[in-house]
Amino acid sequence: MNTQALRFVPASEFKERAAAAVADEHLRHSFRGAMDFLIGKRAAQFPDPVALEQQRALAEHIRKYSLARLPDLLEQLERKLTENGIQVHWAADPEQANRIIIDIARRHSTRLMVKGKSMVSEEIELNHAMADAGMEALESDMGEYIVQLDGEKPSHIIMPAIHKTKQEIARLFAERVPGAGYTESVDELIGIGRAVLREKFMSADIGLSGVNFAVAETGTLCLVENEGNGRMCTTVPDVHIAITGIEKVVEKLEHVPPLFGLLTRSATGQAITTYFNMISGPRRPGEKDGPREMHLVLVDNGRTQAYSDEQLRSTLQCIRCGACMNHCPVYTRIGGHAYGTTYPGPIGEIISPHMLGLAATHVLPTASSLCGACGEVCPVRIPIPDLLIRLRGEAQHDERPGHFPMLGQGAAKSRVIDAIWAGWAALYTRPALYRAFGWLATRFRALTPPMQSGWTVSRTPLKPAGQTLHERMAARKRP
Amino acid sequence: MDDTGGRRYPAKPARVYLFGTCLIDLFCPEAGMDAVRLLEREGIEVDFPPDQTCCGQPAHSSGFPDQTRAVALAQLRLFPEPWPVVVPSGSCAGMMRHHYPKVFADDPALLAEAQALAERVFELSEFLLEVARVRFSDQGPPARVALHTSCAARREMGTQVHARALLDQLPAVEVAMHGHESECCGFGGTFSLKHPAISSAMAGDKVEALKETGAETFLSADCGCMLNLNHTLQKRGESLQGQHLASFLWQRTGGQGGRR
Repeated sequence: MNTQALRFVPASEFKERAAAAVADEHLRHSFRGAMDFLIGKRAAQFPDPVALEQQRALAEHIRKYSLARLPDLLEQLERKLTENGIQVHWAADPEQANRIIIDIARRHSTRLMVKGKSMVSEEIELNHAMADAGMEALESDMGEYIVQLDGEKPSHIIMPAIHKTKQEIARLFAERVPGAGYTESVDELIGIGRAVLREKFMSADIGLSGVNFAVAETGTLCLVENEGNGRMCTTVPDVHIAITGIEKVVEKLEHVPPLFGLLTRSATGQAITTYFNMISGPRRPGEKDGPREMHLVLVDNGRTQAYSDEQLRSTLQCIRCGACMNHCPVYTRIGGHAYGTTYPGPIGEIISPHMLGLAATHVLPTASSLCGACGEVCPVRIPIPDLLIRLRGEAQHDERPGHFPMLGQGAAKSRVIDAIWAGWAALYTRPALYRAFGWLATRFRALTPPMQSGWTVSRTPLKPAGQTLHERMAARKRP
Repeated sequence: MDDTGGRRYPAKPARVYLFGTCLIDLFCPEAGMDAVRLLEREGIEVDFPPDQTCCGQPAHSSGFPDQTRAVALAQLRLFPEPWPVVVPSGSCAGMMRHHYPKVFADDPALLAEAQALAERVFELSEFLLEVARVRFSDQGPPARVALHTSCAARREMGTQVHARALLDQLPAVEVAMHGHESECCGFGGTFSLKHPAISSAMAGDKVEALKETGAETFLSADCGCMLNLNHTLQKRGESLQGQHLASFLWQRTGGQGGRR
């Protein structure tokens, strides 16, 4: 077991990592293949574009409705969960969330925690906090198990080990799993992992899981998974801790099916997952299984900042399907690790600034050609390109009147860039000056610089034409 | 919000405005001229307001709303008559049609003007197909071409549908599909300058896909994508070059009939 897993690398070094990633043929090829596969699987689930738009509209509406009532729904959720015997904890930041979980673990003299897949636990770097506290946290989702074994971070929110080939996994298992031989058979590899994990489920003191939907009216935690490890984590150990972001709540049970159906179809192209767990409390008297104690940790970690702005609030509509990254031409080229954040790809570019601040993350919203593929496939219709533009602006400027400053507001402000855009606006708002500029640029086109910043890295220099369209249209008017 | 379906089109007008765009003005004026010729051949007079500059998209997508607004405002009142505004670029048309109303959302009077303008904005191929209702007669030899539609053109203006329908009017022109056709070419305005490594990788993959079709040329209704791909191809020493859709259509259909 490798407890010296990678810590987050700063997002500010994004450009260097992205450049290294695009130069890596192997990575390019494997991400392209994997993303094409997922794009195809999703497309096969949505043969009727009109029906898809209706489903997206409904899902968007449910998420917006839930967010509009978020404070009330969270109180209702806490009440119902408490009635159901689930203890509710509130964490403003990763430190608080880790402390809550470690306190619970210590109370139960924990040696081993088994974990179902939870991106919020990645967000708070729970595995490190547990290791620092002298306790083991073992990932039980096969992909998460693989990246943990190799001391890596997930490179995708749904498929954490998507960057790895089966040969790499074969070598990893042969090296790190005691007693495992080298095999490239996927079934045998999964068998090796399952054999290790089976034993750990039985000996773990605590099971941890994420939450896909928390239903306020019934106090139900819904968990979507394919491997059955989520059910093991939430039923076998004596203590179950669920952890999630405060935005995951919906009001009614009937709000779940439309979201669930879009989540699985958008994520993996499945009409439904193998397991769908609805958890509504610990073991009751007379019941033969289930945890004896249950907790839910609700994490803010910057979500309130997004919530407090009308436009940025739509960030929280996300149901974590990963379709935006599967369809993103940038993510496809650089993979998830280049971003240096828990959430990579388009959703990461719009949510990481709230979690980590613009000072650390302002480069991320610029890493998009604004092609719009993400917004087009988002099952809850988050206008991701509009939010990228908004965050670019927040990084470049002080807060606008009537708005709260974001964490790291104006972190990318630069006098040089401000001057460039001021000059640009001065030119393009003065038609006579603009026409004179066009005349000069075309007459002196031979003097166009041969090196044009990032453009000429892989392109020949741009050169103006001999005459502008303005001149040619003006010339036509004279008979 | 897009124009891939459901937009109601007016009757063919006697006059239109042309918004030429800043990239065409400086780098591809011939494409602008060909757009004018195509319109005039249909008996439509073209008015080119000389005070037009840029739609404001570069500042908009870079997060400079004040500069966007100033430049957009400088265009907003250049089209006082109720004629259609034809734009030979999908992304600039998308900016004026879909983003101007957002740019001026906080000022009811300007918002009303922006909305009225947005209603009259048409991407060139959309206008030729749906408003001018052209019927081309193909005058060229058999040709195999590929089509790259800019992302904004595709997602905001439905240009891939309109451009393909226009090309379908040319029986000797075969339009070859290329791999990952709907994927971005990596231009993205300032993105190509800020993230050259990623942008170059995207452009490289796009030119490879275009080359694999065996097409003699590729067409685009956006000057930005075309410059990105053409200059990438030139740097690689490739002979394949793209052409603006307006120029190709004009040349294929006889190259005459309008005012010179």
